[in-house]
Amino acid sequence: MKLIKNAAGRLVPTIVNGKKQIPFKGINKYKPKGHKSGPPLRSCIDYPWDGNKVQKSLREALKKAGLKDGMTISTHHHLRNGDALTNILFDTIKKMGVKNIMWYPSASFPVHEHLIKYLEDGTIHHIEGSMNGPLGRFVSQGKMKGMGVLRSHGGRYQAVQDGEVHIDIAVIAAPQADPFGNANGLDGPSACGLLGFALADSEYADRVIVVTDNPVPFPCVPWQIQGNNVDFVVEVDSLGDSSKIVSGTTQVTKSPDRLLIAEYVAEFIEAAGIMKNGFSLQAGAGGTNLAFSVFLKEKMKAKGVKARFMRGGSTKYLVEMLEDGLTDFILDGQTFDLEGVRSMRENPNHVNTSPFTSYNFHGKGNFASMVDVAVLGATEVDVNFNGNVVTHSDGYLLHGIGGWQNCLYSKCTILAIPSFRDRIPVIVDEVTTLVGPGDLIDVIVTERGIAINPKRKDLIKAVKNSGLPIKTIHQIKKEVDEICGGKPAKPKVDRNKVIAVIKWVDGTVIDSVFKVKE
Amino acid sequence: MNKQNDKSSAGNRGDKIRSDCYIELELKNRGGVKINLKSKVESMYGTSIRDLIKDVLKHFEIKNAEIVVEDYGALPFTLAARLEAAIKKLFPENNKEYLLPFNKKSLYKTSKDRLRRSRLYLPGNEPKYFINAGLHKPDGIILDLEDSVAPGKKDEAKLLVRNALRSVDFYGCERMVRINQLPQGLSDLNFIVPHNVHVILIPKCESADQIKLLEDEVNKIKKENGVKNQIYFMPIIESALGVINSYQIASASKYNCALAIGLEDYTADIGTQRTKDGKESFFARSMIVNSARAAGIQPIDTVYSDVTNMEGLKESVLKAKLLGFEGKGCIHPRQVKIVHEAFAPTEQEIEKAQKIVLAFKEAEKKGLGVVSIGSKMIDPPVVKRAQRTIELAIINNLLHKNWNIDN
Repeated sequence: MKLIKNAAGRLVPTIVNGKKQIPFKGINKYKPKGHKSGPPLRSCIDYPWDGNKVQKSLREALKKAGLKDGMTISTHHHLRNGDALTNILFDTIKKMGVKNIMWYPSASFPVHEHLIKYLEDGTIHHIEGSMNGPLGRFVSQGKMKGMGVLRSHGGRYQAVQDGEVHIDIAVIAAPQADPFGNANGLDGPSACGLLGFALADSEYADRVIVVTDNPVPFPCVPWQIQGNNVDFVVEVDSLGDSSKIVSGTTQVTKSPDRLLIAEYVAEFIEAAGIMKNGFSLQAGAGGTNLAFSVFLKEKMKAKGVKARFMRGGSTKYLVEMLEDGLTDFILDGQTFDLEGVRSMRENPNHVNTSPFTSYNFHGKGNFASMVDVAVLGATEVDVNFNGNVVTHSDGYLLHGIGGWQNCLYSKCTILAIPSFRDRIPVIVDEVTTLVGPGDLIDVIVTERGIAINPKRKDLIKAVKNSGLPIKTIHQIKKEVDEICGGKPAKPKVDRNKVIAVIKWVDGTVIDSVFKVKE
Repeated sequence: MNKQNDKSSAGNRGDKIRSDCYIELELKNRGGVKINLKSKVESMYGTSIRDLIKDVLKHFEIKNAEIVVEDYGALPFTLAARLEAAIKKLFPENNKEYLLPFNKKSLYKTSKDRLRRSRLYLPGNEPKYFINAGLHKPDGIILDLEDSVAPGKKDEAKLLVRNALRSVDFYGCERMVRINQLPQGLSDLNFIVPHNVHVILIPKCESADQIKLLEDEVNKIKKENGVKNQIYFMPIIESALGVINSYQIASASKYNCALAIGLEDYTADIGTQRTKDGKESFFARSMIVNSARAAGIQPIDTVYSDVTNMEGLKESVLKAKLLGFEGKGCIHPRQVKIVHEAFAPTEQEIEKAQKIVLAFKEAEKKGLGVVSIGSKMIDPPVVKRAQRTIELAIINNLLHKNWNIDN
């Protein structure tokens, strides 16, 4: 396999699954030209006048959609680890004897371990999307036939819009839908809040199948997915395990070390002058991030500060801030708990968003760069502030990118991470896999201190006399190496065997993931 | 060497174990050393772990053995302690020790008068709690060999605590160890005295003789090992007899730096139970404060055991402060900040203390033997108390450290 060095100095293939690739050229250096890709022209006279598109089974719908070998099938991940539909979908495809499918999920979860057997028997050729947990291990061992392609949420939208990925059939799990195909995630046993990750699929796929376990008569409102884009509707008994779709309650971390990190993040945001009236923030739903929002809430209350909008992953903690008047809006990308679902259903200021509005590279702007501060995680960060979220220091692919790359465009990007986890260093000399360039990462907050990117002289100056434990990243790195017993050895990988590539937000290849030698 | 068995094990295993390891050691007659390592950090530290194991075995002159290591991210000080524990089970008479080099950051000293507002208990056989304990900035950390360690794990814990004292950076916290009840606790001393322990906590202390016994033993071990640094004692009173003898205990050694009370056992001993408002312990707590003050050392309060109730903790510290206590035990890192805030002086207290300290400086400058504000004379204990208030105010960012420069 031919590998070339890209602008970040990483070795990347020039051809992936038979398609020519453009190596990463630098941040904001690549701009594709031409027209957006689009689905075939359809006419209403080919659809039932009574608006009833219900099919007797998923198999029937797939057959009518023209399912055949080598097609690209997409799914969304709003049902998270409770998703049963994707597994049923591939059981059905297997039974129909169809092979070499490219699966294009917006993310995968441990529940999709079920699909390993279809990767083994050739039903699925390869995955372009996140490969978590067991799937990641399988792929890291070099067992997948094709090469994996990992994209951010925005990158997935970009790839669909500029034609890099053409979806043949989109299968959209809908917690609530009418026979015409209008659908949303607001109610029913599988309620998940919104369906933003399926938006591109519904607009750009050749054929769109909506599958619901909660059929309602026309009209299903609000139509987060528009029936006018939908070919077929299938009714099933259950889309999955509701307890794993959204949690009843999300929990703030109890770990004293993570709480310390969260507290430092909140203190930093206050000390740096970011927390002021009308500001905006994005926080994930990891335990540390939730804890951060709890600390920040207290500070905002104490100082009488109100935010204009908060982006999330919504949870009861964001909902409380909305309801306590600490923010005007929640712009929600995915909903993590029942309180989030309730708020989105009831409160017009809890707004559903999609990768199009928030992250898309081919949009005429997007929200990510308008956010004042984003608090994110990472599996590794190196002394040049480069970040990794997809592999661990042992070389195994374990996580997807999510919106992480896109969020790096915020005005102040903070990674809130432990400096090491059970002897696994998180602050390292060089990231195992480059997912986010250090130029976009401003602050690293660990339990052992806060490192500010030397390029952000403004931030360094702002917190100079704050009493916060500001250190250089090299100081933290040295401390971690001393505790862990020296520098960690590099993972043993086969540099000739790329098992997956990492795309930058513009569609270029920023790094490769190699097969792990066992 | 004189071995009793061929096979032993040490450490902890299971799904919830982190930063620890489980080691099985089987002695063989031939075949050299075979290491079967299962570790989640294999690719990063596999070589380093194997090298350490070989080095420990070499130190104890074990040439043929099979070792199974289940590693959950144990740091070197833990790996070495667990392997040494397994070896010592086979050779209980062997007095050799495998000592890792002292972490240079762990060589700092303490002083008798330092602040002891918070002391954070760390179960002595759970290494995962050691590593970041100092980051939460308690005044002291306690490596506990007593109640938090199961009877069957005491020997393993001693080795782990010894190694932790040498290797772990506690970030300037006073380094305390709670030994086992005397006389059993005497056998803990060899594992801590030579390794820069600052304060030895003596549980269930009931008589001055116990302190003297301990002092003699500590002095003996210090001499044998050429230990120069000062080691202080903090007796913990946990019984009616201890309360009655508390002044004798507090004044039994010049190395006593503080006197603490432990209420769980005390209330059981007097035939009652702990209540929220604490009437049942009022006498004992006041007695401890008075005995400690009479002996010129710090009175330290018991722990607050509901880790979820931060309001309750705060109230409890404010009450303790009112009674005269200077410190509180913590069983969770999140309690530390609350304790420090509650012990912080009020604005009025700071103002008053500033006046007294300034008057004292003025008197010193003028060479006067007597400090006075207006017509009121200020006694030395009041001056000392004011100085401590100023120190606390500065530490809590309530007063700038150069507050009196312009004066």
